[in-house]
Amino acid sequence: MLGIPLPAILGQLTLGLVNGSFYALLSLGLAVIFGLLGIVNFAHGAFYMLGAFAAYIGLQAFGVNYWFALLLAPAAVGLIGVVIERLFLRRLYSQDPLYGLLLTFGVALIAEGIMRNQFGSSGKSYPVPELLRGVLHLGFMVLPIYRAWVVLASLSVCGVTWFLIERTRLGATLRAATENARLVQAFGINVPLLVTLTYGAGVALAALAGVLAAPVVQVSPLMGSSLVIVVFAVVVIGGMGSIIGAILSGVGLGLIEGLTKVIYPEASNIVVFVIMALVLIWRPAGLFGKE
Amino acid sequence: MRVRSGTAVIYSLLGILAITAPLAGVYPVFLMKLLCFAMFACAFNLLLGYTKMLSFGHAAYFGSSAYVTGWLVSVHGWGTIFGTLAGVAVAMLLGLVIGAIAVRRQGIYFAMITLALSQVVFFICLQAGFTGGENGLQGIPRGSVFGIVDLGSDVTMYYFVLALFLLVYGFIRRIVRSPFGHVLRAIRENEPRAVSLGYKVDRYKLLAFVLSASLAGLAGSLKALILGFATLTDVSQGTSGEVILMTLLGGSGTFLGPLLGAGIVVTLEEYLSDRVGAWVSVIIGGIFVACVMVFRRGFVGEIQARFARRRGVAPE
Repeated sequence: MLGIPLPAILGQLTLGLVNGSFYALLSLGLAVIFGLLGIVNFAHGAFYMLGAFAAYIGLQAFGVNYWFALLLAPAAVGLIGVVIERLFLRRLYSQDPLYGLLLTFGVALIAEGIMRNQFGSSGKSYPVPELLRGVLHLGFMVLPIYRAWVVLASLSVCGVTWFLIERTRLGATLRAATENARLVQAFGINVPLLVTLTYGAGVALAALAGVLAAPVVQVSPLMGSSLVIVVFAVVVIGGMGSIIGAILSGVGLGLIEGLTKVIYPEASNIVVFVIMALVLIWRPAGLFGKE
Repeated sequence: MRVRSGTAVIYSLLGILAITAPLAGVYPVFLMKLLCFAMFACAFNLLLGYTKMLSFGHAAYFGSSAYVTGWLVSVHGWGTIFGTLAGVAVAMLLGLVIGAIAVRRQGIYFAMITLALSQVVFFICLQAGFTGGENGLQGIPRGSVFGIVDLGSDVTMYYFVLALFLLVYGFIRRIVRSPFGHVLRAIRENEPRAVSLGYKVDRYKLLAFVLSASLAGLAGSLKALILGFATLTDVSQGTSGEVILMTLLGGSGTFLGPLLGAGIVVTLEEYLSDRVGAWVSVIIGGIFVACVMVFRRGFVGEIQARFARRRGVAPE
């Protein structure tokens, strides 16, 4: 194909799949938060970074291993999210949604600034857990087992979240609260609590992506700041608030980005944004958007 | 009438201050930087304040114009004026392309789209050869105005920048008070209604966007000439965030607000950057949070609302 050896294409597609699973997990969290709160969470990249740092600090200071970090880091960062929702976001629901975007932008700056003061700008490395070391021989490439695990773990979490929201009673309540919060409240459901927990859960998903990423990328205070923009584009392409749209376009764009790396490497940084522009011209509501 | 004469007093004081500041020993380069960012914020305010379009990627126009002007002036020996005009033209063109895509959506979608597309501009500036990549462009000469007025001295350059700033400020005031500006405000207040009154809303929004992008470009070109360099910071997300903060802090939708906001932010950064290091970003973030939580109208907006309330008029 285009004079590029097939193994190279398959190799980049596989790496694209790994990146795509991160995009899917992050855009899923954004979509869940946007769906119920109507807020675009600019701090999503910062929470992803905090998740990675929580794992790193846990290991360095308390000897918490990777498997516990997978649970504890999202819980800790999710708790920060809960506090932020209670203190700030709660007061903004009656305002223009732009204020939510601006507030979370400020929160991201604060989080990144604090971490830069504490840990400097250089990256820290986090060891791959022992159980997941080694490589898989796929024939066309050698894939580290850890990366295969990332794909498996991310996509499973995405699947479970989709199931929870679209197929269970809890999910039905959530979706009902999105449609008409007052009516759901009248049925005796504590909607404000539901909103707080949803924000916490969305934030925890970002932190989980951070823990998963810690062994593959360098843990640094700015690791999430440009990623969040890519994820914004992914969510716009998928259609804001659409769960399935966020997951599918996350994986799809990871694959397309991988393909671009073999065909025209210079464009691999911008291909997601270009696709976003094209999708907006063709379908302003996004691929899975309803409006 | 009292308020009007109050405004006149404020303007005269500001005018006297602006003209005498370099003579009174204030560092002219700092003043020029302040004016540049004030111009940038005023251009941004045309969108956020009067049309309620939150562009999250205005650094793209500021920075690309800075690069183009810097490159033409330093590498190709263009004159200062033509170099600046070329920079503005590029910013205008970028504004036209990005604006045409972005005005298709409103509110937060608009913000996210402008952010994403400005990131494309960032990566192009990072990878294109003429921008000098990570190093940026250094040693950009200031040149002269058509070979008549040499801009090498800081004080001369200051008055040149001040003159351009006043022109832009007057131009924006004129636009906002024109029938076109009234349509923009109608769109801000109630877009569906403006549509139903028969206005081609998208065209008005696009024109406002292109105007704002061009003026942001002018501010960027001047910045490159004043400081003699253009770097990736100028096109980065951080700069886009700064101009939002300046406008919001001072008061979006007011004439003096962006000026005040730019003054506060530039002074704060100048003063703090050597003293507190990375805490600057924490402080900036904190101001963002305070602005959104406590005074959404910004300083000038809150003061105006207080006056309006005292006179028994509903605040705008």
